[in-house]
Amino acid sequence: MIIDIEKFILQERPFWTELERMVGRFDGASRKAPTFDEAQRLHYLYERTAADLGRLTTFASEPELTRYLESLMAKAYAELHETRATTARWKLIGWFFQTFPKTVRRNIGALWLSIGITIVGALFGGAAVALDPDSKPVLMPFPHLLQDPAKRVAEEEQSRGAQMDGAKTGFSAELMTHNTKVSILTMSLGMAWAIGSVVLLFYNGVILGAVIVDYVLAGQTKFLAGWLLPHGSVEIPAILLAGQAGLMLGRAVIGWRDRRGLRSRLRALAPDLVTLIGGVGVMLVWAGIIEAFFSQYHEPVLPYAVKIAFGLVQLVLLTVFLWRGGRKTSNPEAEV
Amino acid sequence: MTSGDQLLIATPEGICFSLKLAGPMVRFLAWLIDFLIVMAASVLIGLTFGVFGLLSPDVASAMGIVSLFVLQVGYGIGMEWSRQGQTFGKRAMGIRVVDASGLRLQLHQVVMRNLLRFVDSLPLFYLVGGIAMLLNRSLQRLGDLAGNTVVVRVDRAPAPDLEQLFAGKFNSLRKHPHLVARLRQKVSAVEAATALQAVLRRGELEDGPRVELFRELGEHFRAKVEFPPDTVEGIADEQYVRNVVDVLYRTTDQLGKRAAKELEPADQLPVGTTMR
Repeated sequence: MIIDIEKFILQERPFWTELERMVGRFDGASRKAPTFDEAQRLHYLYERTAADLGRLTTFASEPELTRYLESLMAKAYAELHETRATTARWKLIGWFFQTFPKTVRRNIGALWLSIGITIVGALFGGAAVALDPDSKPVLMPFPHLLQDPAKRVAEEEQSRGAQMDGAKTGFSAELMTHNTKVSILTMSLGMAWAIGSVVLLFYNGVILGAVIVDYVLAGQTKFLAGWLLPHGSVEIPAILLAGQAGLMLGRAVIGWRDRRGLRSRLRALAPDLVTLIGGVGVMLVWAGIIEAFFSQYHEPVLPYAVKIAFGLVQLVLLTVFLWRGGRKTSNPEAEV
Repeated sequence: MTSGDQLLIATPEGICFSLKLAGPMVRFLAWLIDFLIVMAASVLIGLTFGVFGLLSPDVASAMGIVSLFVLQVGYGIGMEWSRQGQTFGKRAMGIRVVDASGLRLQLHQVVMRNLLRFVDSLPLFYLVGGIAMLLNRSLQRLGDLAGNTVVVRVDRAPAPDLEQLFAGKFNSLRKHPHLVARLRQKVSAVEAATALQAVLRRGELEDGPRVELFRELGEHFRAKVEFPPDTVEGIADEQYVRNVVDVLYRTTDQLGKRAAKELEPADQLPVGTTMR
């Protein structure tokens, strides 16, 4: 029991002050790691303060002092009990070329599901346009897609890529930011038991399927491939990966085949989601550049064969990157 | 674990400490401040690239679009990560983002809670996030749930200057330190705070209700510990409550700090000192 509270404070305050200083130093913006001796001292001070707080709350009513010590304990606790790897040494190149593809593969089931939902949507959209061409305005809310494909092809080939002159950089920036926002939304809607992510993936599939069937039926398959493949071979996989993140989030919220609590599930998943959406962002920056500066040029400026080949090569490289990236060649069996 | 408006964290050392959760209104006000800051910065960016647009409209437009996007998405992430969980708005409202388990806030947590604003802000004015907060005991919006974070109050209220209230005044209770110690043990934090508020705000009360309030408080504290009759004889209820507040608060806060100042920087024990 604390009889003489003043003596208790006089005796212990130097330790509290020292702990406060130490925690402030390690918790600052620089997040400097303590040396071994400092860590030992920090641990000692933490335990001593914990004991003081215990004595205080058990034997005395000291609201102000209790609040101060609780606040100090909270900071020291965060410093001492944190076991997760620090992000201070985060490296962009290593993260993108190693961590990102590994994360995609680690959650490959969600990616297959994402692809499946998009394909179902594409089949639905394609069938709708094939069976009921009047449904185009409902399925494709983009003015440039509503006109007759043959007429659009003729106009764009005649303009020789001049239709975007003086606006390509701005167009590129718009594409990057818009698609990144859609991707973030696709992932975020996973919080609604993945229903929102599924709806967005399905809707993207519907638009894609409707456009493809519309142009194929109009005999413009070559133009379509030359127009879509250069940027679509990166943009569409990026949206699928965002869908993968959304489905992973939805699965964590539902807790399917996972007996951990919701908080633990989300805690374990968050780093993977941030990695996925970060990778998606990088892909969409690239896709935005290609769409504005390459996809908009058609024959006779750029032969369709070149555009199609570029898109296919890009798709193959992306697949290899996601399939092989981050694997250790010396010990391939240890992967994933 | 959550209790009332507090997040309780139990440490392996058997100590439990609490963090006061920030309510929806204070968080909304913090968001409003941040929103105004982002708007002001957006206008500034627009003007800057508007001028730059005289040279190259296309490049200026692209830079403007990207800058606005980075500002809108990156403001919360950058501020909360670099300033220990506080944006300008949160700092102004005295709140901060912390890890829901009391551990150190990680970058991916900050990113998650800010990216999920896209859903929390639907359909407008954070309706989804607001409803999620009301349904959640830890007052977490969806972004907080996904990032495993909570928003807590940072207590910045200065302690009342009790030295001015009580300095130089005789307090008969202090003659009995063992009974004072027992009083401290028996009085809860809420009871102590109630008595303190009554003393600090006595001027705001009408005469009748004030006498009644201090009578009730006096009776309440007299029942906690019985001091010798010669110590409390002739002391009015209000004076008795003032004496109680004096011994509950002043010894630890003002006197303690003063004494600690006198001690510094002596008494720093070397590494490895064992606990007494």
